[in-house]
Amino acid sequence: MSLSATVWLLLAALYFLLPLVATFLFSLRRVQTNACCSLAAYGFVVHNGDFWHTLRVSGVLALEVIAISLVLFVPTIYWVHLKLPRLRPVIAFLALVPFVVPPIVLVVGILKVYKGSPVWFYDRPNGILAATYVILAFPYMFFSLDAGFRAIDVHTLTEASQSLGASWPVTLVRVILPNIRAAALAGSFLALAIVMGEFTIANLAQFHTFPIFLQYVNETQPYGAAALTLISFGITWAAMLSLLFIGRKRGGNLQLAGAR
Amino acid sequence: MAFLELQDLHRSFGSHKALSGINIQLGEGEFLSLLGPSGCGKTTALRLVAGFDRPDQGRIVLDGKDVSGIPPNKRDMGMVFQAYSLFPNMTAKQNVEFGLRIRRKEKDARRGRVDELLELVGLGHAGDRYPHQLSGGMQQRVALARALAIEPRVLLLDEPLSALDAKVRVQLREEIRRIQLELGITTLYVTHDQEEALAVSDHVAVMSGGVIEQMGAPAEMYTAPKTPFVAEFIGTMNRLEGTIVDGSAGEIDYDGRRLRIDAARGRANGERVLVLIRPEALELQAGGNGAAANGNTLSGEVLTQTFLGPVTRLKVSGGLIADMSTARAAALPVGSNVVAQVPAEGVQLLTLTDEALPALDPDNP
Amino acid sequence: MSGRRRLPLAWIATVPFFAYTVAFLFLPAGSVITGAFKSNSRGGGWTFSNVTTLFHEPYRHAYIVSIEVSAITAALGAVLGFAVAYAMIRDNTPRIFRGVITTFSGVAANFGGIPLAFAFIATIGPLGIVTVFLRNHGGYELNQHLPLFTQNGVEFVYLYFQIPLAILVIAPAIDGLKREWREAASNLGASSWQYWRHVGIPVLLPSMLGMFILLFGNAFAAYATAYALTTGVVPLIPILIGAYYQGNVLDNPHLAQAMAFGMFVVLAAMMVAYIPLQRRAQRWAK
Repeated sequence: MSLSATVWLLLAALYFLLPLVATFLFSLRRVQTNACCSLAAYGFVVHNGDFWHTLRVSGVLALEVIAISLVLFVPTIYWVHLKLPRLRPVIAFLALVPFVVPPIVLVVGILKVYKGSPVWFYDRPNGILAATYVILAFPYMFFSLDAGFRAIDVHTLTEASQSLGASWPVTLVRVILPNIRAAALAGSFLALAIVMGEFTIANLAQFHTFPIFLQYVNETQPYGAAALTLISFGITWAAMLSLLFIGRKRGGNLQLAGAR
Repeated sequence: MAFLELQDLHRSFGSHKALSGINIQLGEGEFLSLLGPSGCGKTTALRLVAGFDRPDQGRIVLDGKDVSGIPPNKRDMGMVFQAYSLFPNMTAKQNVEFGLRIRRKEKDARRGRVDELLELVGLGHAGDRYPHQLSGGMQQRVALARALAIEPRVLLLDEPLSALDAKVRVQLREEIRRIQLELGITTLYVTHDQEEALAVSDHVAVMSGGVIEQMGAPAEMYTAPKTPFVAEFIGTMNRLEGTIVDGSAGEIDYDGRRLRIDAARGRANGERVLVLIRPEALELQAGGNGAAANGNTLSGEVLTQTFLGPVTRLKVSGGLIADMSTARAAALPVGSNVVAQVPAEGVQLLTLTDEALPALDPDNP
Repeated sequence: MSGRRRLPLAWIATVPFFAYTVAFLFLPAGSVITGAFKSNSRGGGWTFSNVTTLFHEPYRHAYIVSIEVSAITAALGAVLGFAVAYAMIRDNTPRIFRGVITTFSGVAANFGGIPLAFAFIATIGPLGIVTVFLRNHGGYELNQHLPLFTQNGVEFVYLYFQIPLAILVIAPAIDGLKREWREAASNLGASSWQYWRHVGIPVLLPSMLGMFILLFGNAFAAYATAYALTTGVVPLIPILIGAYYQGNVLDNPHLAQAMAFGMFVVLAAMMVAYIPLQRRAQRWAK
């Protein structure tokens, strides 16, 4: 291996792994003595009611966001690929808009526009927050699904299915969906990562999601925060590994990054 | 003395031995094709000559000088790759000019040479286009001009036509040969297309499994293949496995029939041999039912006719293939009985060893 | 295709999608943009005063700092990301490095916000592991040279998700550098440096610029990380906007919207530059 490559990879390893190692060591400290070693911090986290509560809130939220996204985007992208190919660049452009309207701006607008909306929507995370998160996940969902649709021959599959007598819904669910499964899963895992990590909007809209809980602990319990940080890292890592596993099984390009 | 010599080249990749002792001598201005199926080592050998790889053993000698240790950018050889080798951020002119810029030639001299070369390859009008605006054939012409611009001592081509359409391939190979003859440049050409190799080369080296099976002039390779592999790879061949019954008279036994083959004279009785007959050498006549006439004949029934344009290929029962003019083939429709005249002279005979015969190519029987 | 009767019907199926984006993207964004120009005074009406206020302190300073932080982390992220990406893709590097680094980059690019800030506090913060270690073994005070709760500190932390994002974006572009170009250049007499100068870098440039813009936007919009690290010490626009909504000073919501509008303008300008660059890069990628 060349010298410069070795140097760069070593420096990268140092910069990226050291904080994780440090966090891990931190998380093992005892509150009283400031020294090693105890799993008390993890115990605190795991026995904390709020931990499980917010985790559940975020988890359910993630599932909701994924469901809405799939129901909204899959048929639309399918239809565009099939019948309206000229519309595709338009949607691709739209998928870039959330990058121009960052979460901080979006939440300001959303809170303003939907101020008068019914309580079940405005005051519950599963209402307004989920709706907003779908927009955040939109670019990643789109690029994943779009890649998936481009990899299959939409026209041939649809025509074959119809020539055998299937209706539109049947074609979509039983023929198209299984073939873009990998892309849909990829987009879903990215959406999961986004929801589990999204702080800005939840903070300003004053909802108690998992990342909010993380910040609270961060401000009050340093060692607990360390444990939480690693747990949060572990969750993201698990999502990514699943993504990679699926990606490897089915091949093809997958988007991997989310904005912070 | 040879201008370009490959001396006993060996190269392994892990446990796979890609080249096992390659020896080639090429005179100045000669055109040699390395011909063989994929994996035979021909590209490996070419890359060793170009300097993109180092041999485990052996040397490469150019004009008497050992160049094995010289890096590729100092070997003064021009290379044309199979595809994608044009720099995408430069026009055709800029691509051709690249080698001259590196060598710091004067701008005017450069321009002159670039224009001259683009004219040579027939692209004088397309100089300002970018690679993505050129067809595959045009891109390869630019690649050729670019390689020739630096006036290399050797021209190396790695399957330059494989990625092109059939018609373009035939056109371009003739042009490459024309330019090569005009410039008198020593050329090493790699291809898997035997027709291509036979059409343009001074010499052909058939490779298989990392060794050269046979090397010689195209006509020689075609009429007198020395191994079953070469016989099979070059053109189509009828293969008759027989046994010598009378060495003095040159008689062999094939499938119960007695055939007289001149090449069998002087061989030991009982020896197993392979008789090789080119399809165009096998004469077919309409035959009576069953009874085969005397003389060197084999009888059978026409199984298929394949129209190839001026020639029609007939497949006859018993594993025989015969080519004849389409007009004549009309008289021997599928299902008719025929008698094939086996020529006694001009037929190749190879000793059969225990080695398995190379598998017949299903697309080109 | 236009004028056919089929077309209008086919469009109907896309209505839910467009309706949704209008409802939850364009309407809020539009409301922020228009809100920026609304007056806070009793009578209502339109005004430029909110936007012009942005050119004064402390907002001007916050914009400058935000842009600085974004530009620096984008540039550093691009260069360092390229170096690491190239190191892992090179022929001599074992294949496994690429898989590991790509996976890790996927995680790290998403690992921002609170946990990231905390991880760095635990490492090089006042009581961080490395800080304490250096203090006890040699009396070296890390906080003098690399203080975490400053602009430089924020930039240092931002790199943690900028570099991986850069790696993920530039790696396919580096893959797109066909090996034949390198070999052809070498065959024509070019040294390694000449190859990069004439072929490698020109071909990669659109991708690199596009990547810079992406990284810029990413850093510019970041909120959570800065929030957890600085809570106001380093003036960044997203933080200021957040501060307004957290009840600190809510006398003029239109000012907050003007700040958001300002962000939008900067990012939109970046996007406008990004799209033609992307197209160019794809043309050469073939």
